[in-house]
Amino acid sequence: MKTLILTSSMALVSGLMVYPVQAQDAGVKNLMTSSFQSIGIASVDRLDQDETQKACSQLKNGKPQIDSKLQSQIEKNNLKTVVYPADANYLGQWREGEKVAQSGKGSTWTDKSDDVNGGSCYNCHQMDKKEISYGNIGPSLYNYGKLRGTDEAVVKYTWAKLYNAKAFNACSAMPRFGHFKLLTENQLRDLMALLLDPQSPVNQ
Amino acid sequence: MLASKCIAGIFLFALLGSSVQAQTASDDIAKYREMLADGNPSELFEGAGEELWSKPAGPKAKSFEACDLGLGPGVVDGAFAQLPRYFKDSDRVQDLDSRLVTCMVNLQGIDRNEILADAFGKGHRKDLEALAAYVVTHSKGMKINPPMTHPKEKALYALGQKAFYYRGGPMDFACASCHGSADKRIRLQDLADITTPSGAQSAWGTWPAYRVSSGEFWTMQRRLSDCFRQQRFPAPQYVSEVTIALSMFMAANAKGGSVQTPGLKR
Repeated sequence: MKTLILTSSMALVSGLMVYPVQAQDAGVKNLMTSSFQSIGIASVDRLDQDETQKACSQLKNGKPQIDSKLQSQIEKNNLKTVVYPADANYLGQWREGEKVAQSGKGSTWTDKSDDVNGGSCYNCHQMDKKEISYGNIGPSLYNYGKLRGTDEAVVKYTWAKLYNAKAFNACSAMPRFGHFKLLTENQLRDLMALLLDPQSPVNQ
Repeated sequence: MLASKCIAGIFLFALLGSSVQAQTASDDIAKYREMLADGNPSELFEGAGEELWSKPAGPKAKSFEACDLGLGPGVVDGAFAQLPRYFKDSDRVQDLDSRLVTCMVNLQGIDRNEILADAFGKGHRKDLEALAAYVVTHSKGMKINPPMTHPKEKALYALGQKAFYYRGGPMDFACASCHGSADKRIRLQDLADITTPSGAQSAWGTWPAYRVSSGEFWTMQRRLSDCFRQQRFPAPQYVSEVTIALSMFMAANAKGGSVQTPGLKR
């Protein structure tokens, strides 16, 4: 039986599209809701999964596995959430973008609601080669713009990837920075410049 | 400015006078651990815990000496190595922390809600952490061996596995986002792949631990709480079911490995 559950937390965070979701796996959902408490901005409705989170938590033989049809449907739904800049201005300041990439702050129960989030980029990606403290959960982004150029398709794809990474890989480990309002449009522009500006250290 | 999040990491590099290179970071941390192997500050907590174990306390003025950690009342040697496990008296699977809470409540008569209301490192919780340091030291070098025979242990393992892969919050993270594949790092911090025996052994087998960065002794309860904080999840309640389910998942995956606690962490 399919039950529609509206994910209120996601609606609040995103202010955008809300997915109808199938009934949760009762066992694990009960485990989660009975075990957590809200502290500050990290309230228990963060445990309510949207369609993407739910589909990417399903296990087969103990490992996450998603049906290919569902995967492409989820990617399509996520792509629809992408809001491109109204003024078609995609590129900000790479120096500011570097600051966003460095910061891993924000959105935890020890943060305030008006604290500025970081992009946590270096947590998972290599970017500026001079920064040796980088993670490897995501691919290296060193020379991102130099390798791809800056034609319109690359620019729009990169914006959409930052805005909602699940538009291209339903179960990507990367957060949906625009979709969940983790980063502002200006922060996204600055990250775009960090990735694409020929003067950016990423492209040296 | 290339400010690194790994303040403790920088401290380690400075201490060792080593060149700062990503590929050598974990080697250097290993060397640092070796240097301190004979003087892990967790010994201070262990000593405090040993005293607390035999000291009458609480409304009933009783010690922990009748506390059954799974191998019989008062048996501490090897007790941690076989946790989490099912306990008949509570009809629950329990990890070390939750079992110590049971003993504190049942033997000493201390109010369970009081214990749950404390913060890590404070009040009763501080005593429990010291007791944990004492107990785990008496399993050092033994094989990780949770029984995994009772149906409730198996059921909780299955739930723990689902919790491990449960994605949520504003960043879509699950435990598995960081700990579900091999050879991954956040910044310079190596991440254990808890889905494999060797990865689970390196994680489960080295907690509880003394944390250099906070100067405190952390049990797995506190480690998990901070994981969820960084996952942007709400806060897991102390000794809540999800923490025990994840501990069951980790301990069972780590079975056969060696208990290396108390560990020493950045």
